Amino acid sequence: MSDNKKWYTLDLGLNKKEETSGSCGCGKSQGSCNSHKEEEKEEEISHEEFYEAAINASIGEERSKDGFEQVFDVKMDRRTAFKKLTASLLIGAGAISSCTSVVNADSKEKAQIDWEEQFKGNYKLMIDEEKQGTVDRLMRSYELRTGKNISMTSENAEEDVLFGYAFNISKCQGYMNCVSACVEENNQDRNSEMQYIRIHEMKDGEGFKFDKADDNYYHEVPKEDHFYMGTQCFHCDNPPCVEVCPVQATWKEDDGLVVIDYDWCVGCRYCMAACPYDGRRFNWSKPEVPENEINKNQHYLGNRMRKKGVMEKCTFCVQRTRKGKNPACVEACPTGARIFGNLLDPNSTIRWVLENKKVFRLKEDLGTDPKFWYFMD
Amino acid sequence: MGVFKILKSLVIDSLDTITKGSVKYHIWMGVLTLVMLIGMYCYSIQLDQGLSVTGMSDRVSWGLYISNFTFLVGVAAAAVMLVMPTYVLKDIDFKQAVLIGEGLAVAALIMCLAFVVADMGGPSVLWHMIPGIGVFNFPNSMLTWDVIVLNGYLFINISIPFYILFRHYQGKEAKKKIYVPGAVLSVFWAVGIHLVTAFLYQGLQARPFWNNALLGPRFLASAFAAGPALIILVLAVIRSFTAFKIPDKTIKKIAMIVTVAAQINLIMLVSELFKEFYAPTHHSESAYYLFFGLHGKDALLPWIWTAIPLNVLATIILTFGKFRNNLKILYTCCFFLFVAIWIEKGFGLIVPGFIPGPYGKIVEYLPTGIEVGVTIGIWALGAFVFTILAKTAIGIELGELRYEKKKSSTL
Repeated sequence: MSDNKKWYTLDLGLNKKEETSGSCGCGKSQGSCNSHKEEEKEEEISHEEFYEAAINASIGEERSKDGFEQVFDVKMDRRTAFKKLTASLLIGAGAISSCTSVVNADSKEKAQIDWEEQFKGNYKLMIDEEKQGTVDRLMRSYELRTGKNISMTSENAEEDVLFGYAFNISKCQGYMNCVSACVEENNQDRNSEMQYIRIHEMKDGEGFKFDKADDNYYHEVPKEDHFYMGTQCFHCDNPPCVEVCPVQATWKEDDGLVVIDYDWCVGCRYCMAACPYDGRRFNWSKPEVPENEINKNQHYLGNRMRKKGVMEKCTFCVQRTRKGKNPACVEACPTGARIFGNLLDPNSTIRWVLENKKVFRLKEDLGTDPKFWYFMD
Repeated sequence: MGVFKILKSLVIDSLDTITKGSVKYHIWMGVLTLVMLIGMYCYSIQLDQGLSVTGMSDRVSWGLYISNFTFLVGVAAAAVMLVMPTYVLKDIDFKQAVLIGEGLAVAALIMCLAFVVADMGGPSVLWHMIPGIGVFNFPNSMLTWDVIVLNGYLFINISIPFYILFRHYQGKEAKKKIYVPGAVLSVFWAVGIHLVTAFLYQGLQARPFWNNALLGPRFLASAFAAGPALIILVLAVIRSFTAFKIPDKTIKKIAMIVTVAAQINLIMLVSELFKEFYAPTHHSESAYYLFFGLHGKDALLPWIWTAIPLNVLATIILTFGKFRNNLKILYTCCFFLFVAIWIEKGFGLIVPGFIPGPYGKIVEYLPTGIEVGVTIGIWALGAFVFTILAKTAIGIELGELRYEKKKSSTL
C-alpha cells in the first residue's frame, strides 16, 4: 500500500487519498513514524486479512513470482510430471473423464507457450504478425496462471512522430509525484525500490553541481534555498547504449524511443556502463509487484512484467504515449514542470518550449543528442 | 582413418597420464576439485537468487568478475611473447617454454569465458549471441569483437600445440610449414585480443577514467609483464616437480621480457598519473577516488597502495641484471609483479570507472563472499585445466607418451 513509499509525497489532492503526511502524534511530519504505521495496519487488518485469504485461495504462491517465472516456471517435480504423463496417456486411451482433460489441455498449452517463448526471436526483427503472436502468448500465459486478464499491445511507432521531453527547472519543487507515478505505471520492482527518475536537490547559487546534489532525500520539500532537477533516460538520438549491446536487445524506435526487448537481453550490462546519464536499471534479483498493484495495461516494450537478470529503463511510457496519452510522470506532476510531446508537430507544446525558451541539455559534449531539454522560466 | 586411431590412442594415453601421479599431484588435483565444487555451489546460489548476491549494484555494475576477465585476457595474450622468439625469430631457447605458455593461454582463455558467463544476468539465453542463430551486433559492439578474437585465439592456441604434440606423439617432427603461419598469426592475434578488450572500455564516452588513449597500450605493457611473470613462476614449479628440463637461460630470457614490459608499464603509469594530477579536471575524479579516496570514501586505497609499491619495487629490482639473474629474487619479483598488476588491471581499473557515477554519486563496491567463491572456483578451474594440459604435453615431450611405444608394449 502507499505507506511503504520511501520518498516524500505532498498531497495536493490531485492523487487518490494518501494518509502519509501530517497528522501524527509523534511530531514527525513525514509519514515514516512507527506508531502511526502500526495504527494504520491494525485498522486495516480485517480488510487486509480478507483480501489475503481471497488471493491466496485463488492464485496462491504465484503472486510472489516475477514475470519470467510467471511465464516460464511451470512447476513440475518428477511425481507430477509422471502423473501428467500417465494422465495424458489415459486420455489417449479415452479412459478418463472430460473434466481432467481440460486441466491437462491447459498445462499442455502452457508448456507449448513456454517453449515458443523460450525460442522466439528478437522483437526488433519481428514482423507484425510475430509481434502479435508473442503478445497473445504472453497474455494467454498470464490468464492460464492467474485466471486474470491483462491487456498487452504491440503497437508500432506512428509515422511523423518523434517524442521529446522538456523539464522546467523553475517549476519543479521536488515533490516526487512523478517518481511514484512512474513506479506504479511501469510495474517496477517494489523490493529494490527501483526508480527510473531521480530528482536531484541542488543548492541555490551553486549552479548545477550534480556531485553535491542530493538525489535521495527524505525531508519536506521544497527545501529553502534549493532547486530541483529531474533526470531519467533521455532517449538520445545517438544512444551509446544501443551501439554497445552485443545482441541488439536494445534499439531506437522510429518515434525516438530507446527500448529493450526484455526477453532478448542477455544481461551483460554493457549498456549500463555506456550510458552517461544513469538511465538504465538492472534486475539484480527477481522483480516483484503485488498482484493487486500490477498495472494491467501493458505494452511489450514497456511496462510488462520483467524477469531477473535483464535490463530495463524508462520508455517514455510507450504503453501510454503510443495511445496519444502523456507519460505517467508528466500527468502526475503537480507543478507542470514536465512537458512531453511530438517534436515533429509544429503546434505542440514541446515545440513552443524549444522555440521560445533558452533550452539546454546535459553533457552535450558527448555527442549523444538527448531528446530531453531543460529550461527555466 | 589412421589419424583417428592415433587420436583415440592419444586420448586414452593422456587420460592415463593425468589420472596417475605422485601423492602431491593427487592432493593438488583433489584440492582444485574441491574448490571448483565450492565455486559451483556459490554460482548455483547466484543463479537461483540473481546477481543481487554479488556486491554489484546499479551504480557499480561490473565488479570482480569483469576485473578478473580483463586481467586474464592479458595473461592469455602474453603467451605470444614466447611464441614470437621461438617460432618466428627461431630462437630455440624457448622451445620448451612455449608449449607451457600456450597451455597457460588456453587455461586463461577458458577462465575469461567462465568469468564472462558468470557475470551474465541470463546465461540461459546466451545463444542469442551466437551468429546465425541469434543476433550478433557486429561490428558496432566491441563485445562482439571480443567474442570473435577470444574464441579465435582460443582456437589458435589449442590447434598449434595440439598439432606439434600430435606429431611428437607419433615420434615425428612437426612440419614448420604448417605451424609457423599459425604462430605468426597468433602473434598479431594476441595483440588484437588485448587491444580489443581495452577498446571495450576505451570506447565509452560515459566513463572518462577509461576513455583515454593510453588504456590500450598500457594494457599490452602490463599484460606482457604479468603474463610472462606467471609463466616464469609456472616453469619454476614444473622444473622442481617434473623431469622436464628448462634451462636457466630460458627463464632468464623471459625475465628480460618481463623487465622491459614492466619498465614500459611504469613509464605509462607515470604519464597517466601526471595527466590526472598535474592539472586535475572533473574527469580526474575517478583517479582521485582510486588513489586518495573521495569525500571520505576510500575502499580502494589499501588495494592500490599495495599494488603501486609492489609494482615499482619489483620493476626496480628486475632492472638490475645482478638481481634478475638470481633466481630466488627473480621469482619473488615475478610474484610481486603478478599480484600488483592483477590489482591494478582488475580492481583498480574496472571499479573506479564507475565511481563517481554519471552524476557524481559515490557508491562503493566490495565483493561478497559468494562472488569471491565463484571467482576462486574459476581460478581453480583454470589451474585444473592447465595442469591437465601441461602434464600431457610434458609427457609427450619427454617421450613417455608415444604411439609406437604403446603399440610395441601391447604386442
